[in-house]
Amino acid sequence: MAKVLVVTSGKGGVGKTTTTAALGAALAQSGQSVVVVDFDVGLRNLDLVMGAERRVVFDLINVVQGVAKLPQALIRDKRLENLWLLPASQTRDKDALTDEGVGRVIDELRSRFDWILCDSPAGIERGATLAMRYADEAIIVTNPEVSSVRDSDRIIGMLDSKTVRAERGERVEKHVLITRYDPARAARGEMLTIEDILEILATPLLGIIPESQDVLKASNVGTPVTLNNADSAPARAYVDASRRLMGEEVAMVVPLERKSFMNRLLGRRAA
Amino acid sequence: MSINLLRLFGGRNASAPVARERLQILLAHERGLLGQSDLLATLREEILAVVGKHVVLDPDKVIVKLDRGKNVSTLEVDIEVPNNFDKSKAAERRMAG
Repeated sequence: MAKVLVVTSGKGGVGKTTTTAALGAALAQSGQSVVVVDFDVGLRNLDLVMGAERRVVFDLINVVQGVAKLPQALIRDKRLENLWLLPASQTRDKDALTDEGVGRVIDELRSRFDWILCDSPAGIERGATLAMRYADEAIIVTNPEVSSVRDSDRIIGMLDSKTVRAERGERVEKHVLITRYDPARAARGEMLTIEDILEILATPLLGIIPESQDVLKASNVGTPVTLNNADSAPARAYVDASRRLMGEEVAMVVPLERKSFMNRLLGRRAA
Repeated sequence: MSINLLRLFGGRNASAPVARERLQILLAHERGLLGQSDLLATLREEILAVVGKHVVLDPDKVIVKLDRGKNVSTLEVDIEVPNNFDKSKAAERRMAG
């Protein structure tokens, strides 16, 4: 059965789009049919991170408004044949999205794909509420930093009250994904610990993505990090997270500092 | 060197515990604010039902308020009842019995 998954956070710049692209590609690589949907109307970026920015003809708003049919707007990934992108409009604004219209598009996507990954815009306004509206599951992308955790808490409250599932008295299954985790700063006690974040948010952990140059390198060339450098630490962490989404039990790996003990003693910094 | 050693052994420079504490206090407050209207309405309704079983009262004269203080919060319940409330309810019960 199709699963609708929203990738959300409240705060901007924490890694929603990176996560949507990386998990979408990882799920597709394991044989699932996947569509990644950009809900960030007016500020779309999923097309760029996926390397499909020059192939956008129609978008989500065109489909919602009936200007284009869904198959006309869907863009097939060049690397993985069962990975598709439904881009957001760059010229319209969020008001062009209607609850009813989004519901219709999601229903149609459910009949075509195993996974529908909705990349939410930042904030708690219309775009963000519509991205989560029809979700069965949610990934709350959180940086180990106070403002991100506070916003995640707010978003969790919204997932529990403003989604169709919540209104029916059902639950949206929620997962916290910690991104930009810096082991060196964690070791120095300068960063909220994983335990702190999970205790505060009271939500299970999907994975820990370490801060890494590989994420930027992947977005530079328009390839999900899981495809661009599959051996890199963030790619492996995303693949593990995707396997957990599919119900596999995968041991959680907490990224460790790569500095040697001598370096640490001498106070040399890695970055 | 000494500062780095302090850091290595989780010394005084660790700011994460401060972050954790500030967040816990803030979120306890914010979650309260968001859920508050529902909670107060429920409390008001249930208090009205319990007290109304024994006392004749005007639903409009039941006020439930929550004041958040720095260390503790106060739940204030203000119920106005008529002077002969005990007699009238007792009379009702006798009639029924």
